[in-house]
Amino acid sequence: MHELGIAASVLQEAQQEAQRHPGTRLRKIKVRVGELAGVNPEALSFSFEVLVRDAGLEPLELEIETCPRQQRCPACRQTFRVAEYDLRCPGCGTAETEFASGDELELASLEMEDYEPTAVGAKSS
Amino acid sequence: MSQLPLERKVLSENDRIAAELRRRFADQGVLCLNLISSPGSGKTTLLERTLEAFPPSTRVAVLTGDIQTENDAARLRRFGFPVRQITTGGTCHLDARMIERALADWRSVSCDLLFIENVGNLVCPASYDLGEAAKVVVLSVTEGEDKPLKYPAIFLKSKLLVLSKIDLLPYVPFDMAAAEHNARVIHPEIDVVKLSCLTGAGLEQWRAWIEERCHELQSLRGAVVT
Repeated sequence: MHELGIAASVLQEAQQEAQRHPGTRLRKIKVRVGELAGVNPEALSFSFEVLVRDAGLEPLELEIETCPRQQRCPACRQTFRVAEYDLRCPGCGTAETEFASGDELELASLEMEDYEPTAVGAKSS
Repeated sequence: MSQLPLERKVLSENDRIAAELRRRFADQGVLCLNLISSPGSGKTTLLERTLEAFPPSTRVAVLTGDIQTENDAARLRRFGFPVRQITTGGTCHLDARMIERALADWRSVSCDLLFIENVGNLVCPASYDLGEAAKVVVLSVTEGEDKPLKYPAIFLKSKLLVLSKIDLLPYVPFDMAAAEHNARVIHPEIDVVKLSCLTGAGLEQWRAWIEERCHELQSLRGAVVT
C-alpha cells in the first residue's frame, strides 16, 4: 500500500505547478495509471480524497485514466492491446513481441479556474 | 475551466534523484543491484551466501532496508564488508532519497559492487527507481508459481528472476516450468537463475550473472573513455 505516498506526490507536483500561475484555482488533476504500474486506482482515489479533505482543498478532484498493456510487433510494426496475457501479434501470430506501454504513472494535465492558456501547447477545454 | 497539459511522471522527483545516483554509480564504476521479493523469499540469506564467497579484498557493500530492526545488517556484517541498515519506520519500500541520504553520510566507503536489499514487498518497490543498474526479483518455491501474473510490475522491471529454495522442490507442489513461463509472459527477456542457499546449487550461476553485469559496466565505461 504505497498509494498514499503516490497521492501525496501527485498533489505536491500539481500544487507546485498551479502556484506558477497566480490567480488560478486548481480544480482537477488528471493522471494516467497503467495496469502494470503496480498502483491500485481505487486506493489512489481514496488516498487522494483523504489528503484533499485533510488539507481543506475541496472540491479538488482526481481523474484517473487507466491504460492497458500494449505490445509492439517488430515484424508488422503494429501495436496491439494485450488481453489475457496473450502476447502473440494478432497480425502475424508471432510471440516475439516487445513491451510497448502499460506501466504509466503520469501526471497528464491540470484543470484550473481562471487560467488563461498562453504557453505553446496549452489548450482550452 | 482551462486545461494545462503536463505530461510528466508522478514520481519525477524520485526519478531525478535516481538518475543522479545512476550517473554517480556509472562515473565511479559501481555496479548497483536492487534485490526485491516478498518477505521471507530469502534475500538476506542469498546475500549471506554471496558475501561469504567473496575474498576479503572485494570492494562490496550492502544497504539493507526494513521497516524496523537492525537484524539484517547484523547478519550481513559478519562477513566483514561494509553494511548499513536503512529502517524506513513504516514505509513499505525504499526510495531514491533514502539511498542518497544513506550514501551521503557513508563517504568513507567506496565499492565496485553495491547490493540494495529492498523492504520485503512485491508491490511498492517496483514503482521506485533507486538508480540501480538492474532490479533482481527473488521468488521462492514455497510461493505460488502465478506470482508473476499477480504482481506483474516487478517482474516486468527486473532483469533477473532468482527462483530460490529449490532444495524444497520435492516437498512442495511448485511447478517450475509454469513459474518460468508466467515470468516470460510478463517479461519475455528476463534472465532466470534457480538456486538453493542451503545446498549451494545454482549459486555459481548467480555469481556468474553478477560477474557478467560487472563486465558489461566496465566495457560501457571503457567505451565512454575512449
